[in-house]
Amino acid sequence: MSHIAHSTTTSTARTERSATAAKAYAAFLGIGLVLLVVAPMFFYPIFLMKLLCFALFACAFNLLLGYTGLLSFGHATFFGGAAYFTAHVVKEWGVTPEIGILIGVAGAAMLGLIMGFFAIRRQGIYFAMITLALSQMFFFFCLQAEFTHGEDGIQSVPRGHLFGMIDLADTTSMYYFVLAVFLIGMIVIWRFINSPFGMILKSIRENEQRAVSLGYSVARYKLGAFVMSAALAGLAGGTKALVFQFATLTDVGWQMSGEVILMTLLGGIGTLIGPVFGAGLVVTLQNYLATSQFPVTIITGVVFMVCVLLFRRGIIGEFYASRLGRKLGFEHRR
Amino acid sequence: MTMIFGIPLQAFMGQLLIGLINGSFYALLSLGLAVIFGLLRVINFAHGAQYMLGAFVAMLMLQYFGINYWFALILAPIVVGLFGAVIERLLLSRLYKLDHLYGLLFTFGLALTIEGTFRYLYGSSGQPYAPPPQLTGATNLGFMFLPNYRGWVVVVSLIACIGTWLLIEKTKLGAYLRAATENPTLVQAFGVNVPMLLTLTYALGAGLAAFAGVLAAPVYQVSPLMGSNIIIVVFAVVVVGGMGSIMGAIVTGYMLGIAEGLTKVFYPEASNIVIFVIMAIVLLIRPAGLFGRDA
Repeated sequence: MSHIAHSTTTSTARTERSATAAKAYAAFLGIGLVLLVVAPMFFYPIFLMKLLCFALFACAFNLLLGYTGLLSFGHATFFGGAAYFTAHVVKEWGVTPEIGILIGVAGAAMLGLIMGFFAIRRQGIYFAMITLALSQMFFFFCLQAEFTHGEDGIQSVPRGHLFGMIDLADTTSMYYFVLAVFLIGMIVIWRFINSPFGMILKSIRENEQRAVSLGYSVARYKLGAFVMSAALAGLAGGTKALVFQFATLTDVGWQMSGEVILMTLLGGIGTLIGPVFGAGLVVTLQNYLATSQFPVTIITGVVFMVCVLLFRRGIIGEFYASRLGRKLGFEHRR
Repeated sequence: MTMIFGIPLQAFMGQLLIGLINGSFYALLSLGLAVIFGLLRVINFAHGAQYMLGAFVAMLMLQYFGINYWFALILAPIVVGLFGAVIERLLLSRLYKLDHLYGLLFTFGLALTIEGTFRYLYGSSGQPYAPPPQLTGATNLGFMFLPNYRGWVVVVSLIACIGTWLLIEKTKLGAYLRAATENPTLVQAFGVNVPMLLTLTYALGAGLAAFAGVLAAPVYQVSPLMGSNIIIVVFAVVVVGGMGSIMGAIVTGYMLGIAEGLTKVFYPEASNIVIFVIMAIVLLIRPAGLFGRDA
């Protein structure tokens, strides 16, 4: 009896706590949205659009690492692959931008299905090595294929008219289009994580054997998560191709796969918005260093090591685990 | 001219030799990866960077101290091995109790840092390193000319591979290593200094990579990018071989190197990706790898 009473009080306490967390979340979300809407008045819009694309890319990657526990070292394939597909169909076939992006997403999902099919046969470290090797294979494919134009890449891609009406050559229109894409992507991720499917993914992350013994076809769920993550990374990549109006080998190289891992690690693995902050930091740092002689790689490498050694929860994870974060009712376990 | 499968014998043997040389490096590197992984459960992403370091140390020793190839072949692995030991002791050892993926991420960061530093200091382009005067020239084998240095690379890497295998399978130190791989806690209870063993193993792996780097310096150019170019292929080799066995890593390395060389003869466009394709096929047929024990 006392046991039940005890459990009731704790569960009430938890509900109250998560209620404050929900309020805090809603408040942060509101502030964030307002900031994103007014941001182009204060910052260079191209920079903001780059940031949003990478933020979405990192969140898509986190879907796999943070919520399924799979470390992919090959996500550049989906990001850069979709960039190539979108750039190609928009430039050569003359389709509208939204169709171009959708084709990029479909292509990335297809690539995800193929890579995932092979990679989920092994776990942990092997999974990471297989994804890396397969994405390197895709890199060589892009280097030699006809439509990617090798070292030159696909250049001067027109942004076109959204739905055939709104001219995206206008930077302001383009910014709000990218913001809309970003928000749609985030809502999809949020829905996905909180769906029954997402719950099963978390259970696989926590204890794969138990998920198997409960009768779930773990391989199929992993593959589903992989394709989903690839498609969303493709959404980010396709959009990026329209923002910068080109698609090059940089986006499919292994360095890009490393970068997205860093963004996620820095922001907070397994937090919904952590990767957004991680992406913001990395992109800002790159922009800042782009004008100096000092190579970004050294900084990236050092930040990587520091994060792994001292800072594994990431920025948002540390915030959730801090006194203020706990007071607001956030929970973080990793 | 003698033809084989419609290809001039000369060209065929030449590519076969290049394949065998690449295979030697794959074997040495995947062997080091397997040794480190066996005990530390860390995939050493910095293995390529340590290979590059070996080549650079040899080149710098020649430039600044006039140390010749033969001493560099011994000294460079020691220098890089010591560097590895320091990294392991101070940093990497803090990660053993965590998920293994953190070890991969840490060594990835380490690789980026080393590569970035050398690119900053020496630029991205390669620099030549002359083979030792004793090994210049070529020998006529009757059906082809074998450059002496390339022959030496094949022979000495084979010796290094077999030597490492003997060290691990036949000596007392090797027995400790294998025992600690199976059950570190029990081995520690018997009074063996396991943390020291871990440091030694990492240093040995890094030293082997550097040894391969010195061997590679006269064949390829010494460039900061040489490490990251090869490490991804070596990962594929390791996935094909499975990291359960030392001999498996060696044999797979040579086999895939030769497969790559032969592809260059018959279908050059695919030579970059043939190892990845073989990896995919092996994953379909035998997910644990050709020599793997664990599923």
